[in-house]
Amino acid sequence: MLVSLNWLKNYVDIGTITPDQLAEKITKSGIEVEGIEYVAETSKSVVVGYVKECEKHPNADKLNLCQVDVGDEVLQIICGAPNISQGQKVAVAKPGAVLPGNFKIKKVKLRGIESNGMICSLQELGIQEKYVPKDIADGIFVFPDNATVGEDVTSLLNLDDAVLELGLTPNRSDCLSYLGVAYEVAAILDKPIQLPKEKVTASDEDAHDFISVNVANQKLNPYYGAFVIKNVQVKPSPLWMRNYLIAAGIRPINNVVDITNYVLLEYGQPLHAFDYDRLQSKEIVVRCAEANETIVTLDDQERKLSHEHLVITNGQEPVAIAGVMGGANTEVNEHTTTILLEAAYFNPSTVRKAVKDTGLRSESSTRFEKGVDPNRVNRAGVRACQLFEQYANGTVLSNAVVFDELDRTEKEVTINTLEINKRLGTMITTEEIGQILTKLRFQYEQIDDEFKVKIPTRRGDITIFEDMLEEVARIYGYDNLPYTLPNGASQAGALTERQQLKRQVKNYMQGAGLMETITYSLTRQDYVTKLISPEINNRNPVPVPLAMPMSEDHKYLRLSLLPELLHTVAYNRARNQTNIAYYELGSIFISTENKLTKQPDEQLRLSGVLSGQWIEHEWQQEKKAVDFFVVKGIIEGIFKFLEIPITFEQTKLTDMHPGRCATVLIDNQAVGFIGQIHPKLEKKLDLNETYVFDINLETVLEVFKNVPNYNQIPKHPSTTRDIAFVLNKTTLAGDVKKVIEETGAPLVKDIQIFDVYLGEHLPEDKKSIAYRLLYQDAERTLTDDEVEESYQSIITAVNEKFNAYVRS
Amino acid sequence: MKEQLEAIQTEALERIAETNEMKELQAIRVTYLGKKGSLTGVLRGMGKLSKEERPVIGEIANRVRESITDAIDRKNETLAQQALEKQLEKEAIDVTLPGRPVQLGGPHLLTTIVEEIEDLFIGMGFEVREGPEVETDYYNFEALNLPKDHPARDMQDSFYITNELLLRTHTSPVQARTMREYEGSKPVKMICPGKVYRRDTDDATHSHQFTQIEGLYVDKDVRMSDLKGILDVFAKKMFGYDREIRLRPSFFPFTEPSVEMDISCKVCNGEGCSVCKGTGWIEILGAGMVHPKVLEMAGYDANVYTGFAFGMGPDRIAMLKYGVDDIRQFYTNDRRFLTQYHNA
Ligand SMILES: [Zn+2]
Repeated sequence: MLVSLNWLKNYVDIGTITPDQLAEKITKSGIEVEGIEYVAETSKSVVVGYVKECEKHPNADKLNLCQVDVGDEVLQIICGAPNISQGQKVAVAKPGAVLPGNFKIKKVKLRGIESNGMICSLQELGIQEKYVPKDIADGIFVFPDNATVGEDVTSLLNLDDAVLELGLTPNRSDCLSYLGVAYEVAAILDKPIQLPKEKVTASDEDAHDFISVNVANQKLNPYYGAFVIKNVQVKPSPLWMRNYLIAAGIRPINNVVDITNYVLLEYGQPLHAFDYDRLQSKEIVVRCAEANETIVTLDDQERKLSHEHLVITNGQEPVAIAGVMGGANTEVNEHTTTILLEAAYFNPSTVRKAVKDTGLRSESSTRFEKGVDPNRVNRAGVRACQLFEQYANGTVLSNAVVFDELDRTEKEVTINTLEINKRLGTMITTEEIGQILTKLRFQYEQIDDEFKVKIPTRRGDITIFEDMLEEVARIYGYDNLPYTLPNGASQAGALTERQQLKRQVKNYMQGAGLMETITYSLTRQDYVTKLISPEINNRNPVPVPLAMPMSEDHKYLRLSLLPELLHTVAYNRARNQTNIAYYELGSIFISTENKLTKQPDEQLRLSGVLSGQWIEHEWQQEKKAVDFFVVKGIIEGIFKFLEIPITFEQTKLTDMHPGRCATVLIDNQAVGFIGQIHPKLEKKLDLNETYVFDINLETVLEVFKNVPNYNQIPKHPSTTRDIAFVLNKTTLAGDVKKVIEETGAPLVKDIQIFDVYLGEHLPEDKKSIAYRLLYQDAERTLTDDEVEESYQSIITAVNEKFNAYVRS
Repeated sequence: MKEQLEAIQTEALERIAETNEMKELQAIRVTYLGKKGSLTGVLRGMGKLSKEERPVIGEIANRVRESITDAIDRKNETLAQQALEKQLEKEAIDVTLPGRPVQLGGPHLLTTIVEEIEDLFIGMGFEVREGPEVETDYYNFEALNLPKDHPARDMQDSFYITNELLLRTHTSPVQARTMREYEGSKPVKMICPGKVYRRDTDDATHSHQFTQIEGLYVDKDVRMSDLKGILDVFAKKMFGYDREIRLRPSFFPFTEPSVEMDISCKVCNGEGCSVCKGTGWIEILGAGMVHPKVLEMAGYDANVYTGFAFGMGPDRIAMLKYGVDDIRQFYTNDRRFLTQYHNA
């Protein structure tokens, strides 16, 4: 809502307060002033001039040579505007004048003839193009005849008016009108308020002889007032009205349109003027539209209607969509002489529905959608009639035709001093509360420290005690509330075990050298089915799409964090950032329903992507690219940190490198996977060799035991034995390790692999893997014989199982 | 004999002084002090001396031996020191060469902000609660006093999946769920951080996915001044003890009265600058006293319990605190952006 201070001053005396100070006060008491603008940048030395003579420039067809009286002198000015003519009063920038944009006016010669100044258009005076009336969009501005020659144009054209831009919250639609803002400002500044006195001259003719009103659905349209105004002359509206409309951000059109807009802004009540003669009937019928009924609206668009839309009809066909837009066939034009003026109350939800379906949102519909003041509907109609009488030569017929089932009762809310103070933590006196109510102009009955407050209908947002609490608090001033801390029993705040563990997992990942990332939960169709962890895939998840996505990129709830993470790797690679080590903690959304009936299962995943160099320290010949074992080490590390035993199982997954991928298992249950992205997918996504991991963190959080078991520090010495087996190339190191573990138990406490060899000293199909076994017992020192016996049994077992032999 | 001894001493000390080799020093030791050494040789002839001469010569001989031994030891030490120095000099490196890089990981900036806020409220006795990102219409809107045709639903256009399920537009549903869980029988003191989603076109200041932290305090006799006090503590800890807060009336369907909290602009100290759009204040969060309908719907008797709630955007706070000028930076994960905040 744009509030012209000059317009506002008609209703409330704001005194000498500056626009900035007023804005600050309004903001602090409840309505945010989002900006202060002036109608135009300042001009200097621009005055009203009288065009005494106007003839063609002898050397230029399109220019006119004018003699302009500016009061103290007559200036010869050359003007190119098509609408200039002798006898006009115009805005003259004298030599030495400065126009907006620091445009300095000097004496110049145009085609050999001297020009001493400039005759200005509204644009040149700094008014925004979109507010300049269309008929003078390409020409100069012409003042009414009564303008005083020589007078500065600044105040005549309201150019120095400050305009406050109010950011209204949905509850404060009362301030969608100047009267509403006046009440607000009057309360804040504690000033009296001056309301317009609506009054029309009595006429011999009765509107009932011209029109009848029939409302079919009084719930959707509890009030319809039809005023008839005859003998209307359509012409420009008075300058002051045009000035105010421009300041309020509305382009003046003609007096009929301008008056309805003016009253709309003044009272917050939308009005609609029909051309009575073009209505071609003597009745107004308000009803719901029929299925497939159509109307051509003012913007010349044909609109398809349904029975959910309320329409105004002439008894035959729709002439307006109620509260939204009039029809083209009854539009007022320059030939109009009789007006049917509608002042109505339409149910907010029906207007909201129509706006939603037609996409037509206007100043009118916005107000109906929020609900207008029931006590202002008729008054606004009368106010407009008054203006038609004054500024359109109209004759207002007596007795407007009214359908009225509108509830205008004022609600009552009871407040008392004790409760107010108890809720606010203040010590406001009963007397102060009374003063606040008076400032707000709320009527009340007071018994001791209790107030029965009658809520004016303009404040439809106030219905309960808490609403009044806010009114009292905001006028009292939030700045005046004390700072206190709650009296309630104190309790210890703490993270839950799960939350602590999540932080520990993050710390581990960061300590391991990975950056935390956050990617989007909404992903693309071609991403959503990719790189889903096997244990999730086994549940046959169905990708969940949004009902109305905003873009193809963010359409589905993700089933894996990896596709969007890979997307960030590609994004970085395109910017020459090729060494990537990222992790993310985030939810995936698992549903097996084709049409969602319940919330999907949200599962927290720990996922990561690594690509490029892991170690890059070249001058010491140390350089290592990310590979499978870098990623595996990170995953082994986190589970070691959490003291949860895991195993890896070679696996083949779609979109993963068939030879470099493993499932991660806890207790033989898959909880995720690690590996290299399939080179084909790498190529498609523009990636270098890239490795990923993806772990179900929910399971991990469940399995984790917060208090680690205490392990006795061994008191007795340990011994180690090394064995290198020659194995078939296809034999897995982990399988061999398992056999060693089983056979060596309980003496073998730890098994490390310290060498892997393939090459010229072995047959093609063989490899050698060397294991270091740690022998130890908690109770005693082991003898050589015991160790040797175990060692031999391990060799035998591995030989039998894998057809292996010991490498010498 | 005395002269003989003194001659040995002079000669030995000279040789010791001259030598620069450990080996030679060893040879000198053998030459003079060894079993077949010259000093030993002289001493062997002591037997031929008279009773009177013996102690005198003996003393001289001892002095000579000591002085040679001492000189050798000192020389030995000097040479060892020199050898070490030489060795260390050989070991010298160019310290200006780069060190072996340590792979630095780090938290996302939003995590840093969220954890900072969590810790701050935990310190004031709040618990941290989490909830689902796909919510029911009931918990996201209706339980928060936003019935189906409420005009304020326009304010937060949402990503619906079905008519009843949507991506949550705020973390307030977690509050509603927690109150429901406590069955109207005990105080609630919680914050709920998390991801939220709204139908906004991504640009420098909007993101269809962002982060939110909401807080709720419900107990008997909670006052609006308590809200002001808690927010002041929060603002000062988060933004600096020289910051002032200001509450302005606002509107949210789930609170009444509602407020918006501003902090004084750090850039201009309240004078007005481009960061605060000339107002001297920067909007940080929305808050208010919990609407009685919200309490009632969650099973709390609004005549007995009152409370306050607040909600803020870590994205915006991070942008203010660290001068980030584009919210999309948080979600595109440009490595050059992320690594700026290793130690934020
Ligand atoms: Zn500032």
